[in-house]
Amino acid sequence: MTDQQDSIRTAIWHEEAEPDNPYAAAASYCSGYDVYGDLLGKVSWIQYLYLLFRLELPDPRQAQLLETLSVALANPGIRDPSVQAAMNAGACGSTRASALMAGIAVGAGSLGGGHDLYHALRLWQRLGPELSAWLEAINAPAADEEDSWQPLEHFPGFDPNGASCPTPLRQTLEVLVDIYPGGALQWLTDNRDSLEKELGYPLGWAGLSAAAFHDLGFDAAQGEILYLLLRLPGAAAHAVEQEQYGWRHFPFFRSALKPMDRNSYSQLLTSIEKAP
Amino acid sequence: MKPGPHRLRFFRNNWPSDKGAWFPGEKVQFRQKALFEDFEDSSWMTLFLYGIKGEMPSPENAAMVEAIWSLTTSYPDPRLWNNRVASLAASTRSTGSLGIAAALAVTEAKVYGTRPVYLASRFLRETARREAAGEKLADIILPHLKKHRYLPGFGRPITSRDERIGPLMQRAEKLGAGEGEHLALMHRIMAILDGKRYRIKPNIAIYVAALLADLGYTPRQAYYIIVLAFATGMMPCYIDAGEKPEGCLFPLQCTDIRYEGHHKRRLSCA
Repeated sequence: MTDQQDSIRTAIWHEEAEPDNPYAAAASYCSGYDVYGDLLGKVSWIQYLYLLFRLELPDPRQAQLLETLSVALANPGIRDPSVQAAMNAGACGSTRASALMAGIAVGAGSLGGGHDLYHALRLWQRLGPELSAWLEAINAPAADEEDSWQPLEHFPGFDPNGASCPTPLRQTLEVLVDIYPGGALQWLTDNRDSLEKELGYPLGWAGLSAAAFHDLGFDAAQGEILYLLLRLPGAAAHAVEQEQYGWRHFPFFRSALKPMDRNSYSQLLTSIEKAP
Repeated sequence: MKPGPHRLRFFRNNWPSDKGAWFPGEKVQFRQKALFEDFEDSSWMTLFLYGIKGEMPSPENAAMVEAIWSLTTSYPDPRLWNNRVASLAASTRSTGSLGIAAALAVTEAKVYGTRPVYLASRFLRETARREAAGEKLADIILPHLKKHRYLPGFGRPITSRDERIGPLMQRAEKLGAGEGEHLALMHRIMAILDGKRYRIKPNIAIYVAALLADLGYTPRQAYYIIVLAFATGMMPCYIDAGEKPEGCLFPLQCTDIRYEGHHKRRLSCA
C-alpha cells in the first residue's frame, strides 16, 4: 500500500499496460515507435541503438558508420587491459557479471578507455576542425582533473605507449571515411600526421572513435557510455573462453613482481621519470 | 620516461614495488611490514590506513576514521540511490558481491558519496594554500561561489540539515580531533557565508574532508579512505530485499512512467 507513488520522467520510453496487469507492458514505445509492434524485424540492432540515444532513426550513412565502428570496437583484443580484466574473472570462475563489470571498470579509464573518449569528444566540441586550435591545445598544460579521476597523463585520444599508428586503426579510419567523408573523420585522416608529429605518439582508438561519434552527433556523455558498451563483446567472449582453460593456463606473472624497500623503490621511480 | 613502447618494454615481466607481495606458502609482505607478525593484534582499520599512506596510524587516528565510517556513511536505507542498487541486486536475486560492488561504484556520485569528499578535501587544501600565500579568505570564497554557484562540501539533496555533523563532531572532540587547522578554516568559511546571509549549509563531506586533512591525509588519500565506507549500510539493504518476495522492491506500474518524448509514429512514416 502506498500514499503517493513517485514517477519517472523520460523522453525515451513510453508503455501501455496489459489489461490484466499494470506491471506488464502490452506496448512499449521508443521515441514514439512501437518497439514490438512496428520496429521489431524491420530495424537493425545498430539502428535501434542510435534511436535510443538520439531519439531519431539514423539515415543509412549514419547507420553504416555506427555499424562499422561497432565491429571495429567489438573486440579490443586479448592484450587490452579491459579484456584482461574480464579474463581474470573467467580464469578463476568468478561470476560472469563480474567479468563484464571488470571489463567496464578497467575500460573506463583515461588511457584508451571511456574517459579518454569523453575528453577527446569534448575536444572536438571545443576545437572543431581547426588544426591550429588542436596544436595549441596539445602544447597547453594539461588541466588538472577537478574530480576523483586521476589527472590526465597524455593528450586525449592518442596512445602514449604507441610508436606509429597501428595498421588496424589506419584501416578502420580509411573504411569509416569512405562511408562518411567530409566530417571529423575526414579531418582526422587529413591531419593525423601533423597531430602525431606534434605529440610524439600516435592516434588511439578513443581518438578515432571520438571523431566518429562527433560525426554521428553524439555528445560526450553519450559517446563515453556507448564506447564502453561497444567494447564489451570481446571481453565477454574471452572471459567465457578462459573459464574452460582455467587459472593454470592463465598468466600469473610469478617472477614479474619485484618487492623492494621504500628507498630503492623511490630511487627507481625517479630514474624511470628521468629516463629518456 | 618519454612516451613510446620502450615504457612497455621496461615493464615486461617486471613489476618493481614497495607495496608488498605474497610469498606463496611462506609469508606476506605488506608495504614495509610483515602481515602476520606486525599486524597480529591490529584492527582492520589500522591495516587499511597503513596500506593507503604507508604510515602506521595512531590508535586515536584509526578510531577517528572508523567513526567517520560508522557515523557518516552507514545508512541502511534502500531509498538512497547507491544502497538501492544493492537492494535491487538482492531483489532480482543477484549475488552479494555483485550488488555491493555495483553499489560502491555508484557511490562515486556528484551529489553525495566519494566525489564530494574528494572535492571538499581539495577545496580546503587549496583554500588553505591561497590564504597562507596572502589572499583574504573572503576574496577566495565569495568569487568561487559567484562563479560556480556552489562550494564543495556545502548543500545537500533531499534536506539541507545534516544530522551526521553533531554526532561526528562529538566523537571527534572525545578523540581530541576537533581542534585542527582545517576544521578551523571550515568554521571561518561558514562565518563568512553566514555574515553574507548565504543560505547554503555545510554537509558532512566538508567535515570529513577537514578531519581527514587534519589527520594528515591528502585529498587523494581521503578519497581512498572513503571508497569502501558505504558498504556497511549496503549489506543490510541487500539482506532486507533478499528476505522479501523476488522482484518486489519499489515496483513501478506502466503509468508511473511520465513520458515527455516524441508522439506516437509508425516506421513507414519515418
